[in-house]
Amino acid sequence: MRSAMVDHAIDASRLLLEVADHRNGASVLFVGTVRDINDGMPVTGLDYTAYGAMAQRELADIVSEAAKRWETQDIVVEHRVGELQLGDVSVAIAVAHPHRGQAFEAARYVIEELKRRAPIWKREHYVDGRTDWVSTATEAAGAK
Amino acid sequence: MTVRVLLFASYADALGRPDVTIDLPAGARVRDVLDRVKSLVAGKRVPEKPLVAVNQRYARDDQPVGPSDEVAIIPPVAGG
Repeated sequence: MRSAMVDHAIDASRLLLEVADHRNGASVLFVGTVRDINDGMPVTGLDYTAYGAMAQRELADIVSEAAKRWETQDIVVEHRVGELQLGDVSVAIAVAHPHRGQAFEAARYVIEELKRRAPIWKREHYVDGRTDWVSTATEAAGAK
Repeated sequence: MTVRVLLFASYADALGRPDVTIDLPAGARVRDVLDRVKSLVAGKRVPEKPLVAVNQRYARDDQPVGPSDEVAIIPPVAGG
């Protein structure tokens, strides 16, 4: 198990190698990337900021919860902070498990809980030069 | 007592600083911190109902706050 807030590019394939083990028959890799539109607004990039110590603690808690519930120690998550460009990886989660169902479920749990609990914020940069903090309400509305 | 409150994202922008020190009566609770901080950002464009963390854990409105606690305003999060 490992969780980290990082301020450098995330190498998602390295996370996959990190959870690999002959016990496991399935590995799931979730990669979140910066997309070019949110809620109808063209986005040119964004920056993530975090309450670092608490975010680190929440990530560690979430990984521990998933490890206990799905009975695997092979879970790794990294979340990036700082300025990101379109297509950059903002978060990566790798889970390995003897069976695929549990690997998918555990990976899903980690990303959903991270989005719900981790004190991380993002400010989008728009084509017209404005910036704005993204609220979860905006995200939910944009997801419809 | 004085309590230092950490600010993030829109709240830090609204006050132009990463933290603020506020005076509170002994026995103050999380909701008192919120009331005071909200009075400071009145009129600014910030989420109305932020959460509060005490010592890096989400806290209930009625949780007591002491001068040595690490208190933080947590506007709606958007990680991932």
